[in-house]
Amino acid sequence: MLNQEQIDGFADPGEPAPAQAAPVIAARNVSLTFQTDDGPVHALKDVNLTIGKGEFVSFIGPSGCGKTTLLRAIAALEHPTGGTLTVNGLTPDEARRQLAYGYVFQAAGLYPWRTIEKNIKLPLEIMGFDRAERDRRAEAVLKLVELDGFGGKYPWQLSGGMQQRASIARALAFDADILLMDEPFGALDEIVRDHLNEQLLALWARTEKTICFVTHSIPEAVYLSTKIVVMSPRPGRITDVIDSHLPAERPLDIRDTPEFLEIAHRVREGLRAGHAYED
Amino acid sequence: MTEAAAPVMYGPKSAARWVGRVSGAVLPILTVVAAIIAVWYGAAVGMNRAWTLDQMERRGLEMSAIQIMADAMNQDRPVLPTPHQVFGELWNTTMGEPLMRERRGELQGNPRNLIFHAYHTLAPTLMGFAIGAALGVLLAVGIVHNRAMDMSVMPWAIASQTIPILAIAPIIVVVVSNLPVLNAAVDNGVISEEMKLLIPKALISSYLSFFPVVVGMVAGLRSPRAMDLDLMRTWSASRGQTFWKLRLPASVPFLFTSLKVSIAAALVGTIVAELPTGARFGLGARLLTGSYYGQTIQIWSALFMAAICAAALVVILGAVEKAVLRRMGARP
Repeated sequence: MLNQEQIDGFADPGEPAPAQAAPVIAARNVSLTFQTDDGPVHALKDVNLTIGKGEFVSFIGPSGCGKTTLLRAIAALEHPTGGTLTVNGLTPDEARRQLAYGYVFQAAGLYPWRTIEKNIKLPLEIMGFDRAERDRRAEAVLKLVELDGFGGKYPWQLSGGMQQRASIARALAFDADILLMDEPFGALDEIVRDHLNEQLLALWARTEKTICFVTHSIPEAVYLSTKIVVMSPRPGRITDVIDSHLPAERPLDIRDTPEFLEIAHRVREGLRAGHAYED
Repeated sequence: MTEAAAPVMYGPKSAARWVGRVSGAVLPILTVVAAIIAVWYGAAVGMNRAWTLDQMERRGLEMSAIQIMADAMNQDRPVLPTPHQVFGELWNTTMGEPLMRERRGELQGNPRNLIFHAYHTLAPTLMGFAIGAALGVLLAVGIVHNRAMDMSVMPWAIASQTIPILAIAPIIVVVVSNLPVLNAAVDNGVISEEMKLLIPKALISSYLSFFPVVVGMVAGLRSPRAMDLDLMRTWSASRGQTFWKLRLPASVPFLFTSLKVSIAAALVGTIVAELPTGARFGLGARLLTGSYYGQTIQIWSALFMAAICAAALVVILGAVEKAVLRRMGARP
């Protein structure tokens, strides 16, 4: 199912790979309309976007701008009503069957009747990995999110931040190349969130995953991303795509540098241009 | 000094706290029980007094108020038996009677023993509960997974519970006892005569007990959030995998809650099944003979036995629930 190189990929430290020519995710004129009792709702309209391998892309915008819908469409949880969307050159459904991505929701969504380790093994059981492989991978990803030693605990015995790390480990367990994260730290307090942001960057550097990250927070988006996608509502659309040239090595206090503030300013301008601040 | 004093203080202080905690739990219960018994005695005297006064007048006796009260509390066939009469009867018909007796050279159950009757009610209750719970779970699984069943089964299940069980119990008993299949099974020795009498009771019991399980399990199997189901979809999980790994474990707390309601309903169903069919054994039969012969004390003791059985079944289920949920990682 997966070759050894892929399996070992996340355990092997290295520099993040530069974006390659073949896009991992490509959206061309993607539209998505929900039919409701109050008439059609244009969740996405004419979205064009290309994401290369190893990029860290943040989607930012106010509620209703379609950022979560876009992520769900990439994950084949919603289906576009117009345009073409490809993941690894395949349709999102095909890509899912090839274990192309892991999904992390705002809530950790760990099963309370399973230990952390068993929770991480859940997708592996469903995908038919054998017992030895499940054990090996669960141990490896637990180490990756710095939860080694907590595998035997039940979710309620862990803090909110640790639970969310466990859910990231679960998404990484089957070694998908793409990590889709829908406001994963939105329910956590700012101190925990800072810490997890740092850890996520380190994890991204080590594993060379392509990460799509939905957030409400401008500093979070700027701190994490190589590319920031600014979106606006009614209809949901992309108003700006900002390439960030902050160095790969990012300590938390990079957020006080002029470069950082300049990018944050441009994000805010993009939001304003999309009327995000009006109601 | 204070450091030395602390451990000395610890013993009696914690003992006092323990006593306080126990009395805090026991005292309210005892108060309620005492109040019930007081009201009960008062009501018994009030209701039974008329008969005592009537007898007194007929025989031309003179009795003091204390004597009248004492008589009202100890009649043979009181309108309302007193607590000591009911519990005395309960004691005499359980501990005071042998469980087995010899008859025509054979060792048989003793129908004067209330435990014997409780057994004859509990056996079909447990069988009916097992049938009802299994049926309830199966229907719930069907309702959750099949749109046609979702639309069609629930109204029928609700309608089934609006039919008075007392009205259809005799019909079920007559029809089931005359089923050729059952008669053939008895003739061929596949099931005993005793088993044949048990089956209609169990069916009526299951008729009452499947419903709470259907309602509880439909809610339980639908309890996973949209996010949990989306996560399953991102792993391309099949419906079977989603059922076994998500829906079923998520429904376990719901299952136990409905099982507790269901097992009490199963007991009621069995007793009702015994009433209109002239059953000779069982708590329902005991209630019936009691009312034939005006044995109010016997009726009340049978009622208490039924209550004790129901409470015991619910307590056992509660213990199983606790053990299962602990194994499933519930917060202790």
